[in-house]
Amino acid sequence: MRVVIVGAGEVGSSIAASLADSHDVVVIDNDASLVDELTYDQDVLAIHGDGTDLDVLREAGIGESDMLIASTDIDETNIVICGTAAICCDAFTIARVKRPQFLRTWEQKQGAFGVDFMVCTDLLAAQTIVGVIGLPTAQDVDTFADGLVQMAEFEIPAESPVANQTVSEADRFDSLTFAAIIRENEIVIPTGGTTIRPGDEVVVIGSPDSAREFSAAISPEETRPQDVVIVGGSEVGYQVARLLEQRGFKPRLVERDPNRARWLAEQLPGTTVLESDATDQSFLERERIGDADVLLATLENDQQNLLATLLAKRLGVDRTVAVVDTGAFADLFEAVGVDVAVSPREATAEEITRFTRARRAENVSLIDGDRAEVMEVEVDPDSAIAGRPIAEFVRELPEGVVVGAITRDGSLITPRGDTVVEAGDHVVLFADAVVVDAIAAAI
Amino acid sequence: MTVDWRTVASLVGTVTKALALPLAVSAGVALLYRESAVPFLLPALGSLLVGLGLERLPRAELGIREAFLMVSLTWLVVALVGAVPFLLVGSGVFVSPVDAVFESMSGITTTGATVIESFDAHPRGLLFWRQLIQWLGGLGILVLAVGLLSQLEVGGAQLMETETRTQDVTKLTPRIAGTARIIGGLYVGLTALVVLVLLGLNLAGLAPRMGPYDAVAHALTSVSTAGFSPEAESVGAFSPAAQWVLTGAMLLGATNFVLLYALTQGRFRRLRESEELRFYLGLVLATAAVLAGVLRADGEFASIEPTLRHALFQVTSIVTTTGYATVDFDLWSPAAKHLLFLGMFVGGMAGSTTCSIKSFRWLVAAKTLRRDLFTEIHPDAVRPIRMGGEVVDEGTVRDVNAYIVLSLLIFAFLTVFVVVETADSGLGVTEFDAMGIAAATFLNIGPAFGAAGPYGSYAGLSAATKWVLVVLMWVGRIEIVPVLVVLTPAFWRS
Repeated sequence: MRVVIVGAGEVGSSIAASLADSHDVVVIDNDASLVDELTYDQDVLAIHGDGTDLDVLREAGIGESDMLIASTDIDETNIVICGTAAICCDAFTIARVKRPQFLRTWEQKQGAFGVDFMVCTDLLAAQTIVGVIGLPTAQDVDTFADGLVQMAEFEIPAESPVANQTVSEADRFDSLTFAAIIRENEIVIPTGGTTIRPGDEVVVIGSPDSAREFSAAISPEETRPQDVVIVGGSEVGYQVARLLEQRGFKPRLVERDPNRARWLAEQLPGTTVLESDATDQSFLERERIGDADVLLATLENDQQNLLATLLAKRLGVDRTVAVVDTGAFADLFEAVGVDVAVSPREATAEEITRFTRARRAENVSLIDGDRAEVMEVEVDPDSAIAGRPIAEFVRELPEGVVVGAITRDGSLITPRGDTVVEAGDHVVLFADAVVVDAIAAAI
Repeated sequence: MTVDWRTVASLVGTVTKALALPLAVSAGVALLYRESAVPFLLPALGSLLVGLGLERLPRAELGIREAFLMVSLTWLVVALVGAVPFLLVGSGVFVSPVDAVFESMSGITTTGATVIESFDAHPRGLLFWRQLIQWLGGLGILVLAVGLLSQLEVGGAQLMETETRTQDVTKLTPRIAGTARIIGGLYVGLTALVVLVLLGLNLAGLAPRMGPYDAVAHALTSVSTAGFSPEAESVGAFSPAAQWVLTGAMLLGATNFVLLYALTQGRFRRLRESEELRFYLGLVLATAAVLAGVLRADGEFASIEPTLRHALFQVTSIVTTTGYATVDFDLWSPAAKHLLFLGMFVGGMAGSTTCSIKSFRWLVAAKTLRRDLFTEIHPDAVRPIRMGGEVVDEGTVRDVNAYIVLSLLIFAFLTVFVVVETADSGLGVTEFDAMGIAAATFLNIGPAFGAAGPYGSYAGLSAATKWVLVVLMWVGRIEIVPVLVVLTPAFWRS
């Protein structure tokens, strides 16, 4: 596969390095010294130029490329790069953005801005942090049928209430289908009696709400941290607070700037916003920050985050999490006593790399590398499954297929054995990679 | 920039001119009952000519100062014009100008405090005029609330504005005039509905005394939460069914009209979302329940239905600042009377025809208090005040709290004034009665206790007291601030 990457910063070069051994990678950057550096360091073609310029993109061979990754440090530039590329060719475009507002706009309409896939650095970092705090976040989430259906993959922790339950015991959700369990190297198509074991990865398909409820149900109530303090109301801090609120937490958020603090307090009804300097000793004592279960530092720079987390550790906070801007410092942070250091850039690079490796077609999501697929199919009037109940046609298909969800006229139908599939329905299927071709042919 | 007198006078002229129409309607009613129409036709002609004359003054863009002055003057001028028919008829107490102005101001401010002692002494046309000016006062305050005050960010108006934003009315009609028309239309429609329901009851034999005249008269003063009644016994003169209907009419009149509009558009979700509505209705029902308990313990009524009906009616009448009565609650036990007295300070929702302090302000004040208690322990906490999920800006929070303090201060001073003034004249008004009179007039409720009770009259007070009450009804109705602003020296300097 031929991949064009625009922006050779930390994220861009990290992606280039991971992809270079198996793909043809072209990197564009407008900083000549970065281009030189890359040419010597890595086995990629580095071009000096402006990625928003169509001629430069053509020079990079965008016409023959399969994918374009825009990962400069400026959100708007990345969006324009994708939009420009979308005009001349049909390479799959990926844009990296920092601000979630772009992601939210993009989610409204698939392919908006000419962007085929958007990764939001700050949101991703926030999700990573929430996962680190001990709340299971999906390892993989994909939406189908214009957002009505969601596929999510979760790893079941050992102490989870769901662990060692059977599927029928664990399935307390109205519109959720347990599509598959990935156990070690094996894909198990679960029946009601299948037991979920700790360490299993469970693939569920259903409404986004029920997927979220399931994620809350996975984690054991008592091992969850109660008192979470976020220091620094940056975008990442704000997003973490928002995600925590959605999961029923009442975090505390410390922000020094009065205007920003007020803004945060207005946006976050479930969060106690405190306006103070996070290193003010009397404030830390007054608010008993030392009693917190988790403290995470999302201040402006690495030095402040390091100071804030070390101070918190000293005061007696159980667990400290710091955001590191410069990915290389992450190890250093953990070496001096910060429990977890999260690098948004690294997380973004990983996400884009993972996505690039997994991608095949638009309405397909790959599970566990490419061992299985979740796909959306529109049912043709002359399809073999039109007008027939699910239980009947699944018997005729090869093993390893689960109907996860059906949408009809814009609303979700939870499939049961006797549900009759009609022409025009969108069916979201889970299929073992071995049988994908056979199923595609059958339907 | 100093105040542009001519623009203000010209706009007041337009309002004065418009008064000719309701005066003419009252003249029609007078003719219907074979009474003299002259006391109405004369001022109608006068206001038409004066209004047309003033209107010819050059009109410029309405600035903030002009708007404040116009709001203050309009209510004053309308009250004075409204007093003319009372003087011209000159029946009963209305031989004295102060009583005529008192009745008129009480009408236009939707207060409902009356100086009439004997209702039989007055012609039907005049009593109808009395009802009609209350209805106009209610319409005026609604139009003012959506139209002008929201621009000036005064009093309950910016509260209305937040409501408007959440209720999508601004989206529907971006222009204020359009919104005012919708709200005005709703008011007219609601009044017509009450007339029809009351007449329906009458035809069905459920309200024998509620003839067309009374149906119209009470629809006019219930939807406007005003409270005049052409009957000496107020709503007590009518059947229980009519009393229930009027309870509903008062409750609707004190509901935010933008919310009511949303309901006519089928957006019933707004009902659940409105924190102020929950507070207001909850308070009315809870107070009525307590009052019913008190009345039951006192053995006031023989059975359950009248106990509940009279408790709910009286509480609704006081809290919505209407001022009707179905019984002489002045004869009730101190517990019951003091409960009603406390109810005078509540008021209905912002953006309605209600007066008093209003539910929104109490809610904001309660939330401010709760926040203050929280920040005592957490001095660094930043906590916006929220109403139904929407953040209330800090400027509004300060205004609201200042308004409550100001209202209570004026109430306290007015009470002292009434006590001292009546002690001199040897009328023997007790201090509780004086508090009742102060609250009932300044907060635009109407009847108080003692001599000024629901079946009594304000006629016995001295002329000086009446003049002061006239001024305070006026100040209270336009939410204090416009009058105070006009009285500051800075207002008149450039």
